[in-house]
This record gives sequence, structure tokens and C-alpha cells, in this order.
Amino acid sequence: MSYTPHTEQDIQEMLAAIGIDTVEELFHDVPADKRFPNLDLPQGRAQLDVAREITRLSERNLPANQKTIFLGAGAYNHYVPSVVGHVIQRGEFLTAYTPYQPEVSQGTLQAIFEYQSMMCALTGMEVSNASHYDGATSLAEAVIMALNVHRGKRSRTVLCSGVHPEYRQVVHTYTQGMGLEIVGDTACYVDVDKLIALIDDNTALVAIQYPDFFGQLVDIQRVIDAAHEKGALACIVVDPIALGMLKPPGHYSADIVVGEGQGLGLSLNFGGPYLGIFTTREEYVRKMAGRLVGETVDVDGKRGYVLTLATREQHIRRERATSNICTNQGLMALAAAVYVSAMGKHGLRQVAELCYHKAHYAADQIDQIPGYRVNRDYPFFKEFAVECPRPVDEINRDLLGKHNIIGGYNLERDYPERVNQMLIAVTEMNTREEIDRLVAALTEVAA
Amino acid sequence: MTEPLIYDLGMSGRRGIRMPDPDVPETGIPAALIRDDLDLPEVSEVDVVRHYLRLSHLNYSIDQGMYPLGSCTMKYNPKINEDMAALPGFAGIHPYQDPTSVQGALELLYEAQRWLKEIGGFAGVSLQPAAGAHGEFTGILMMRAYHHARGDLKRTKVLIPDSAHGTNPASTTMSGLSVVVLPSDQRGNIDLEALKQALDDTVVGIMITNPNTLGLFEEHLVEVVTLVHEAGGLVYGDGANFNAILGVLRPGDVGFDVMHYNLHKTFSTPHGGGGPGSGPVGVSERLVPFLPGPIVDITSERDGVPVYGLVMPEKTIGRMKAFYGNFGVIVRAYTYMLANGADGLRKVSEMAVLNANYLMARLRDAWEIPYGERSCMHEFVAEGDLLDLHIMALDISKRLMDYGYHPPTNYFPLGKANSTTLNVHGALMIEPTETESKQSLDAFAEAMLAIAREAREEPDLLHAAPHHTPVGRLDEVLAAKQLVLCCRPLEKSETG
Repeated sequence: MSYTPHTEQDIQEMLAAIGIDTVEELFHDVPADKRFPNLDLPQGRAQLDVAREITRLSERNLPANQKTIFLGAGAYNHYVPSVVGHVIQRGEFLTAYTPYQPEVSQGTLQAIFEYQSMMCALTGMEVSNASHYDGATSLAEAVIMALNVHRGKRSRTVLCSGVHPEYRQVVHTYTQGMGLEIVGDTACYVDVDKLIALIDDNTALVAIQYPDFFGQLVDIQRVIDAAHEKGALACIVVDPIALGMLKPPGHYSADIVVGEGQGLGLSLNFGGPYLGIFTTREEYVRKMAGRLVGETVDVDGKRGYVLTLATREQHIRRERATSNICTNQGLMALAAAVYVSAMGKHGLRQVAELCYHKAHYAADQIDQIPGYRVNRDYPFFKEFAVECPRPVDEINRDLLGKHNIIGGYNLERDYPERVNQMLIAVTEMNTREEIDRLVAALTEVAA
Repeated sequence: MTEPLIYDLGMSGRRGIRMPDPDVPETGIPAALIRDDLDLPEVSEVDVVRHYLRLSHLNYSIDQGMYPLGSCTMKYNPKINEDMAALPGFAGIHPYQDPTSVQGALELLYEAQRWLKEIGGFAGVSLQPAAGAHGEFTGILMMRAYHHARGDLKRTKVLIPDSAHGTNPASTTMSGLSVVVLPSDQRGNIDLEALKQALDDTVVGIMITNPNTLGLFEEHLVEVVTLVHEAGGLVYGDGANFNAILGVLRPGDVGFDVMHYNLHKTFSTPHGGGGPGSGPVGVSERLVPFLPGPIVDITSERDGVPVYGLVMPEKTIGRMKAFYGNFGVIVRAYTYMLANGADGLRKVSEMAVLNANYLMARLRDAWEIPYGERSCMHEFVAEGDLLDLHIMALDISKRLMDYGYHPPTNYFPLGKANSTTLNVHGALMIEPTETESKQSLDAFAEAMLAIAREAREEPDLLHAAPHHTPVGRLDEVLAAKQLVLCCRPLEKSETG
């Protein structure tokens, strides 16, 4: 089925109005020898059959609600209140395009304006854009923005190894044609002094993650101050849930804050669609990429919202645009706005504190199992690294096979020196009973 | 009618969602790390529902009516796609789960890659890019990497026709390459003589949108591709307009080296008021090693059943985003492809092109159609600037809202403003898509004809339009000047 409503009579009448005899005639410009190829694909199916096939595929997966999960590393199993799904499934939001025509798009525009306001409050920054694709691409755009703020006169980016490994890989991909020097991301950082030593007069941006990839809360103030001393910008990669309780990067004078917004009401979705948060200082707003909603008035003085500062963007500026971004993650930004509203200032703090308390309870229990040691070099939020008595992949196989538990992330994948280290994530979704089961299971699979 | 901001609906102390009390002993939190305040709304759950429902009513959407926004392919988004993406087996899986526990998701991605390869005539597909522009950027990076891998470092120029989307030149700049703009000929094609002159051994390749943004099929397509290849360049296809040629022409068959697909246009996934999209790229054999990864492949077999895994192509340009692409969007697009099948996909393009030509025929007498001597593909451009009547394309667009329609794309292609050869004044780019019926097209045509009469007889009606929308024309200059981007100015204590 092709969702086309045409009857045979419609088609004949339309062809007559055009003045031709067959639909095929409309394609006379298409090279004749390549026209209407035979596709090696099945014919269309009835909706019921399609639903059966797709459902069959979905049932070959083990979703979070069928087991206990302690896996995070940039994607988290947080609670998604029912209101989020109900709002974003409204056809009025779901099936609208980018709000180029503001008079018929005030719903989307005001919701994005509210989203921008919430992200500013959460990160402690002055301006937010309407979103990027995800946390990784937000960081890549931050690197490019810093180059532009320095008008191309500085070419070094200090990228801390505590930033999510895939985010750092995306920065490398994005900037491969820009003649950029990226340092700091090959050696594992042990203390911030090593990182600070890499910041020089040619540094455009210093990027660190808070909490870092290992869940740790390092001293970002020192890094930000060191960046500013050399005239570089400082970018902090955040987990927005952590900002429910932690002092925001704006408090520490950060210049750019980016982050993965998935925790704000989005399902795990096997990695996407997610939400790239991007906030900065007002002085850099013209260098910032992405859509931006601003308040204004209509001809009668009524308050309304429009896309603004379009002169930064590709459809006006073409090859001189701040970025090529066009479609972003509008619906995900709406979901985040609904989530943050529904949780409110108290609820978001509660979620953050639940994560914190449960993670610390889990860490304390795991620390007592013979053969396991929790890394406590720094305070941590909802994730922590554990040294295990066996390779992490083996332990995870046993956890899943024998205990129906999805274990933590294998840090050796990206940090070869972190032998047998597992990154465990605990959220408000994990009950004490689940944590106790994990502890019992880890004890059992130790040998 | 305006709706208050969510911040203004709340009362101090009001709660929305209730969370459970901690079931573990509490651990002290270092006081120095804790924030003093968090300036977020304090509203109840019903406040949230009503507020966003009321906001939704201020939007126009495809679910409400025809949305003829050129180059955006605003077709009906089948509801079953939403249900399939929401299945717990898809929505609830973590990207780092062991591959053995996500075989269904990997199989779906593998099949989506296979379908897109076959539809586009390509040797490989990566589903990583998150949107069309992201796919373009990916494609240009691959073209650059291909030349570099051969040790050819002097190729730095990308040829782009003047009718191209703005994302094409922007993606090129982001890749560290420079743009050479190609003019159009009298029939709206790429100017062949200009192309020949621009081609030399510094050219990375060309970016072609076919059909182009005038809705015209490139008449010298094979010649253009051959010329670029002979000069050692590669051919990029902007798939924004792919809805015109599904099952009609496979770009790979005529020599395209890369193309991005817009799953949120051609393959019916909802645009969500500005995303999420998905912009997979298809490539010819010689670019397969450079694809961004990971991609899904069959890595082994167990009991005669294929085992799917994630692999990184040999000379990959890297990751374009974290994880594997906008998976939820890909589930929707795959659902759509299965429903259509090979026969349905061809029908999609046939009816999309039929609809556009029918609508063009109905408007031809009242509206100037540049290049109207040719038949169009899935869209066409009408001129909206009626200078003798002091009416601009913007006035037409705003008046259409009063008739209950979302306006066409206006002022694109840019025409005189951007090019000396594109002969368009105040473009109204109209793309009806295949999901509109003849009745629906007739009703839209009647509205356009009525507006053409109004332009002559009551021009002020157009100048002051829209009259029946939640707000009137908005002051965009003021918005850019006063720059209110956030409703809650920061407290000094939070800025440190």
C-alpha cells in the first residue's frame, strides 16, 4: 500500500487536464535505458502483515522493562512520565515542519522558547539554541564555534580524555578538514594538572565533561580558570539530570555548555533520536549554530515568537553560514520541555538525589565484595568505575545469562589501561532490591 | 489568542510528577557542589497537559491539511509507523547492550540498509547521519577522504549549481573545501559550457539536486556525470527531492557516487516541528570503505540463522554522531518501505509527479510559471512577486493561511537575488506530494485562483494578511534587534 488516494477515474481526469495520455509520459526526461528499473524488493504488504513483521523484529530484543539494567555511558534508563509521550504524539506538533511561517507555528515556537529558557536555567547560561542532533554533535559545534570566536587565529582544542569517547571521535570526524590540532584525548587523564599543562596561547577551546565519562566530579573551576588565563573558551559537557542538584557550569564561568538531553524524557531508543543541548553566553550568540527562537510582537502588539538571527544560517548565508545545520531535534526539545515542566524544580532535584543516593548505596555494597574495588578518586554522581576480578565482558555474559541483569560498560573498550574496569550506572529506576540482586550476582560471578 | 508561558502558570510549591522516597540509606552530598536554586516551572500535571494542548492548537500540521511546502515533501505520516517505533523492544533498548540481546534491532538496520541500497542503486549505505544536511556533510567528507587516500591533495573545489539548497555550500565549507557556483541554462538545467570551464584537476566533485529545486529533471544528467567523472571528480546527489524518482531512476545507475536520503521527507517519518530527521548516505563501490560507522553486517551464522553485528568500514571517515543514527526514525521509515514494497514506491513517485503537474496545469492561467513549458517533477515554482500590483510572494503566502493552508516555500530558489541566470521573481515552490487527492488539489487550486483575483481587486486584503491566524504578521526585525531568547534572565548568583 502506498497511501495514495487516487482512483482510476481521478488519474484519467488529471491526465486529461494536463493534456497527456499516460503517467509514464511525465518521466520523459529520465534516461530511457535506466527508467523504471526492476527493484529486487518484495511487493507491498497489508498493514496487518507489516505490523506482524516489525513486531517480530522487536521481540528479538531484550528491552529495559524486561530486565534489570545498570548500563549507562551516555544513555540512561530514566523514568519517562506518561505526559511526555501523550504531548509529543499530538499530530499538531508531530506532523508540523520547521516553523518558517510563524503565524501558523506559534505552538512549536513558544514550546521551543520555553525549552530554551529551561536549558538556560538548568545550565546557568544566558542563551540556548533550539537543539543539535545529540550531545556529541553539540560538542563538535562548540569546537567550531570557538574557532570562529577566535576568527581562525587559534587552532588548538584541548579535549579531555574524560569526555565520552564517541563524542571525541565525532569531534575528530567533524573537524578533519579544518586543520585543527586536537590534544588531550589520547592519554588517560589522572589529574587536572596534566590537562591544564596542555592549554597554550594557541588554544581556542578546552572541553571537559562534568560528571566525566567515569561519573566523577572533577574540579572544573580550575580548568575553566586556566582556560581563561590563556584566553581560551571553556566548554563543559553535562548530564542535565545531574544539574538537578549540582551547581551549573554557568556558576563556574563556563563559556559553552553542551550535553546529551536524552535523560530529559526520552526513551533509550537504541541510541536515537536524542537531543543535543547547547547553551552559551549572550556575547557569542551570533557565532552559535542552530535554530533560535526569539520573542517579538505582531502587528497588533500581541506577543509572539519567531525564528531569529537567521542571517547566521545556511539558507541565507550559504557557504558563509555558522554551520550547515537545518533540521535538528525539535520534537525531542519539546519532550524535554514537557519533562522539565512535569518534574518541575522539586521533581528534577528529587530525581538527581535519588540517582546519587542509590549509586552510592550500590558503590558501598560492591566495594565490600571480595575482588571488587570501587574507584573513589573523586566524588561521583550516578556512575562509578569498579575494578573487577575478571574481564568485564565475561562478567556481563554471566550477569545476563544467569541473573537477567544487564551489567555496566566495559571501560577497557576505550581505555586499554583500565583493565577489568566496569562503569556502573544507577538511576532512580533501580530499586534497592535490584541493587542487592546485582551485588549478590557480582559476588557469585567473581570467580 | 495567546497562551501564557509555562513559567507564568505555576505557583511556588506546586508539584507535578511525584517521585518515590529513597529506599536506600542517604549519602551526604558535598555542600560546595550543590546549587542554591533551580529556576524551573512549578506546575501540576494537568497544567502541563492543558498548556501544551493549547499550544498545539496554534500549529498547522499535515494531520490538519495540505502542506505544500516545496522541497520538504510534507506527505501524510502513517500512524502505524509511530506504533512500531514505540514497541518496547525498540524504544527500551540501550545502544551498548550486548549484540546478542538486540538482534532484532540490528536485523532491522541491516534490512533498512539493504532496501535503501536497492532503491538508490548503491553498493553501500550508512544510517549514521541524523538529518539531510548531516548526510551532505558526511558525503562531502567521504569525497574528500577518497581523493586524499589516493594521494591527490590538490582537489579543494566543489561545484554547486545556483539553484541548490543552502545546506550544500554550507556543508562544503564545513569540510574545509571551497565552493564554485555554477549558473543555470535557459531551460533551468546546469549550464554545460560553464561546467566544462569549471572542471579541472582541483575539483573534488559536483553536488547535484535532481530533480532540482525548480522541480525540473536535469536534461543533461548523463552528460554532466560523465564530464565530472572524466575530470576525476565525484558526483554527489542531494536526495531532498528523491520523492520524484522512487522506482523511476536509481541514481547509482547513472553514476552518482554518493547520495543522502531524507527519511523524514521521502520515507514518511514525521518532521516533528523541526526534527528528528534521518539522513542516511548511499555510496558507489569505490566509496564503501569510507562510510561513517558503525554499520550493520552479518558477522557470523548460528544454526543457519544470520548473526548481525556492528562493524567499522576499513577507511571510515569516523563517527558522525554518537551511537548508530536516529534509530527510532529508521524504524518508522522501514515500516513505510515494507508497506509500500517495490510497486508501492514507484506508485508514490508517479502520483507525486502527477499531482504536481495537475496542480501546475490548474494554476497556469492565473500564475506565472517560470520554465512552465516543461513538465515538472514532484514540485514546481510559481512567481509570487506581482510587482505591477505591489504584491509580494510573502503576501500570497500569508493570505493562503486565511484559506486554511500552510504556504509553499517562498523566496526559494533565490532567483535574481542569488544568481544572474535563474529567472524567478519571488518563488512560491509548491510540492503537493502523492498523499493529496484530486479533491484536495482542486480545493487548493481554487484558493490560489481566488487569491490571484484578490491581488487585482483587493490588494490590501493581501497586504494585511493573515487575518484568521492566532497572531498577525510578526515583527521579525524587532525580534533580531531586542533579542529576547529566554524568559528568565539569570540571577546574579548563578552566573558567579
